[in-house]
Amino acid sequence: MNITLNGEKKNVPAGITVLGLLESLNIPQERVAVELNLDIVRKNVYAATSIKEGDILEVVSFMQGGLRKEFKIQRQDEKLRREI
Amino acid sequence: MTDDKLVIAGIEFNSRLWVGTGKYKDFVETKKAIEVSGTDTVTVSVRRVNIIDRSKENLLDYIDPKKYKILPNTAGCYTARDAIRTAMLAAEAGITKLVKLEVIGDEKTLFPDNEALLEATKVLVKEGLIVLPYVSDDPIMAKKLVDLGCPAVMPLAAPIGSGLGIRNPYNIRIIMDTVKVPVVVDAGVGTASDVALAMELGCDAVLLNTAIAGAKDPIAMAEAMKYGVLAGRLAYKAGRIPKKLYATASSPLEGMIGNR
Repeated sequence: MNITLNGEKKNVPAGITVLGLLESLNIPQERVAVELNLDIVRKNVYAATSIKEGDILEVVSFMQGGLRKEFKIQRQDEKLRREI
Repeated sequence: MTDDKLVIAGIEFNSRLWVGTGKYKDFVETKKAIEVSGTDTVTVSVRRVNIIDRSKENLLDYIDPKKYKILPNTAGCYTARDAIRTAMLAAEAGITKLVKLEVIGDEKTLFPDNEALLEATKVLVKEGLIVLPYVSDDPIMAKKLVDLGCPAVMPLAAPIGSGLGIRNPYNIRIIMDTVKVPVVVDAGVGTASDVALAMELGCDAVLLNTAIAGAKDPIAMAEAMKYGVLAGRLAYKAGRIPKKLYATASSPLEGMIGNR
C-alpha cells in the first residue's frame, strides 16, 4: 500500500504498524516523534497503531540549527486536511 | 560564582551562555565549539528524519543529551499552528519539555510574529511545556508572555544572524524591570563585547549561534564568548561606577612635593 512518509510517497506492506515501519527503516524509537495524519502517536502505542493506505506520516528528530529548509515540516496543513 | 546559578522552572543552568548548533562546518566543529564555550545548554531544531540515507550521522551522536540541556526550537515556523505542532513533536520525542518558541513573522527580518506567539504560548503552556519565547524587545509583550506562564523571556538583541549587537539596551532594561522572570537575550549579538554588554545590563543569559559558527575561527570565538559572559556577569554583580562628565583624580593630592 502507498503512504506519504516525510513528504515522500512510499510503498509499505499492508497492515504495517508504526513500530514496524520504524524498525524497517532502522530508525531508533528514542529521540524521534511520529505524527500520523497530523495527530501525534505516543511512543507506547507504536506497536498497536496500524498504518492504512494513504496515511500521511511525519517522523521527526532533533537536528542542528536553525533554519534548514530541506528537512522542514512543510506548511501544507490545509492541503493535508483536504486529502484526509 | 558557584552560588550564581541561573534557575528556570526548577532547572539549573551551569552556564549563562546558551548556544545554537546551526551553520557549523560539520559535527566535529560543532562539538568542539560547544565544549570550548563552556555552555551546558544547546538549541536544536525539529526536522524530518532522513529516511533515504540512514547512514548519515545525527547531531545527538555528538552532543550528548545527558551532558547538555537540549532546547528544541520552532525555527522556521511562520504560524502558531506550525509552531504548536513542532513544539508538541519536540516534547513527544521525550528528551525535554523545554521549548524555545519562535513564530517568525517575516522572512527578511526573522522578527517574531508576536500575536501568533501569544496564541501558541497559550496552547503549549496548557499542554505542560516549558515555553521560552523568542520575542521582540518589547516590555509589554514580555509581560503578556509571563502572564501566560512563560518562566523566562528571550528578547532579541537584533535580527537573527545580523551581528548588530544590542540595538536597544534601554528596552532590554525596561523588560528586566517589568518582568520578574529571567531574561535571556536571544539573537543578533556579533562578538564578545555584545555578550558582555548584555550581561552588564543584568540579563540572565545570552543565546547565540551565528556569532560563533560564522566567525573565521569558531572555536576561538566560542572561547571569547565564554569569557564575555563571565566578564559581563562579574561586572554586573560588582556594580559599575556611575558615568560622569569630568575627571576624578585617582591619586591623593595630599603630601605632594612643593605643597604649601
